[in-house]
Amino acid sequence: MATITQKGVSVAAPPRRRRSLEGISWSAWFWIAPALLLIALFFIYPMIITIISSFENIDSLGNVLGFAGLKWYGKIFTDPNNLIVLRNNLLWLVFGTILTVGLGLVVALLVDRVRFERVIKSTLFIPMAISATSAAVIWRFVYIYEPAGEKQIGLLNAFLGLFHIPPQAWFINSAVNNFALIAIYVWGWTGFSMVILSAALKGIPDEIIEAAKMDGANRFTLFWRVMIPMIAPTITVVTITMVINILKIFDVVYVNTGGNYNTSVIAQEFYTQLFTNQNPGFGSAWAVVLTVLILPVLIINVRRIRAEG
Amino acid sequence: MSQQVTELADLDRGKSVAGRLGALERPQTAWERFTRSFNNSIVTIIVVVIALMWSIPTFGLFVASFLPPQVIASTGWWTNLIPPWHFTIQNYQTVIQGQGFGQDFLNALIIAIPGTLLPMAIGAFAAYAFAWMKFPFRNFLFLLVVAMLVIPNQIALEPILAIFTSIGFTGQYWSLWVVHTAFGLPFAVFLLRNFFAALPRDLIESAHIDGASTWRVFWNLILPLSVPALASLAIFQFMWVWNDLLNALIFIGGGPKQPVTLAVANLVGSYGQGYQLLTAAAFISMALPLVVFFALQRYFIRGILAGSVKG
Repeated sequence: MATITQKGVSVAAPPRRRRSLEGISWSAWFWIAPALLLIALFFIYPMIITIISSFENIDSLGNVLGFAGLKWYGKIFTDPNNLIVLRNNLLWLVFGTILTVGLGLVVALLVDRVRFERVIKSTLFIPMAISATSAAVIWRFVYIYEPAGEKQIGLLNAFLGLFHIPPQAWFINSAVNNFALIAIYVWGWTGFSMVILSAALKGIPDEIIEAAKMDGANRFTLFWRVMIPMIAPTITVVTITMVINILKIFDVVYVNTGGNYNTSVIAQEFYTQLFTNQNPGFGSAWAVVLTVLILPVLIINVRRIRAEG
Repeated sequence: MSQQVTELADLDRGKSVAGRLGALERPQTAWERFTRSFNNSIVTIIVVVIALMWSIPTFGLFVASFLPPQVIASTGWWTNLIPPWHFTIQNYQTVIQGQGFGQDFLNALIIAIPGTLLPMAIGAFAAYAFAWMKFPFRNFLFLLVVAMLVIPNQIALEPILAIFTSIGFTGQYWSLWVVHTAFGLPFAVFLLRNFFAALPRDLIESAHIDGASTWRVFWNLILPLSVPALASLAIFQFMWVWNDLLNALIFIGGGPKQPVTLAVANLVGSYGQGYQLLTAAAFISMALPLVVFFALQRYFIRGILAGSVKG
């Protein structure tokens, strides 16, 4: 701002503009104070307390009985039951992410060759508005199990019955129950990735497609060498969202199996230790493990947002 | 950001990805036309099968909710689609009148409305400062807030519960108002800051030159221009609060102030008398989010496309 040379003019108007957009605005602190206060009180402070608690023995009333060292962490990474919990989270992470992102991409690609695109999209998208609790009720009617020989009132077992396959106890049989739960999540979240990926695919400029065609690209090359690289950033965003969601998964497990029959996950164990077993130290250790697992995603995310400016 | 989003929405209507893929083959022989129509019908079949797989479970619950309890417990819902029909609204009547679900539904509203509006207000204040004011540590603080998007709430719950228990907050509506406001903030700040920052600079500068106060610029200029972003945030936050289970479980737990999701969750585990009523209860709890979703689907999708990363 040229205020020094033109003395006469400078006094009146410009300072205001300078104050609000160019200069440092101290009133900004009033605008962000409520948000920062809440972040400090509900994220930063509790996080510190939880990390400290995870190294302590605490009784059910919250009294600290003494330093526990790495006892809780040792339990998490050595106890066979807890290793199953970690394995389950890994199963969720791998299958949940691949299925939601993969199916989302497939449907996004296929759906616009179909005349009733909007209806199909809505169908896949509706479960996003349905809570895990209601979803549990919905899926109960798919998974209900009656002993072999009895009349099956669950959709899936009745369907298997058509092919003379014996009915399965989907939530109890440890070979399938984790996948039965993951299926409910996939049902809920595929619509999410489909909508984003579909928009990204349609956002590829025509010129690029034309240029690729001029170079003699066939459908296959066009898809793998042009479209997929073009939407790679979007695939990353969708994948990151899914990874975060899935690492934290709680409600689907809690409502359907309560973590029984080898279906527990980290967030479920956190809840069980904290409330059912009244062991805040152990519960805190689970919460810390969960947070540490998410940390790499956090770093990727912050970098991405920084790069976007 | 806003332009980007509307562009995406427009594109959604217009171009066809596969159409562009297919447009490659220019001269078509009869055989090619045959294989392509064949391809297209395979695609249609695949897509329709997926859509059916996605909607049949919900449809099943819908049918079951209109069947008498003893019928739900003894036959597959699909067998009741063929006459003689036994449909009844008995489950809905029992649930609404007898089981206290009416109150639970009301509780969910009492929790969800402030739980949506408070984080929007506080988030909008912060987003405005982050987008249009200069102050020390601005970028650091913004990244700090945004970093909280991925932090699992679990790590904060136990200490918060301890504080709330000591001051008698637990079991009260406002415990969830405060918790949802705090947990919803990172997303609110992230979404709104991006939107606010994309508003035209000239407009805001000239308002300042005309002598408008920071508050007036915020209230009379920024907010009215940001209705699409505010709408998508409102839908997200509302659905999140309405469908929340973990926080309701921890801070309300049950009793007369429990929201409808929690009431249903408590019933899912029991195969006792009330079990068949779950069908109607689940549908009642789904009704409001579904209405909101269908009415405001455009904004919901826009919000998602605006780069949402929230769990």
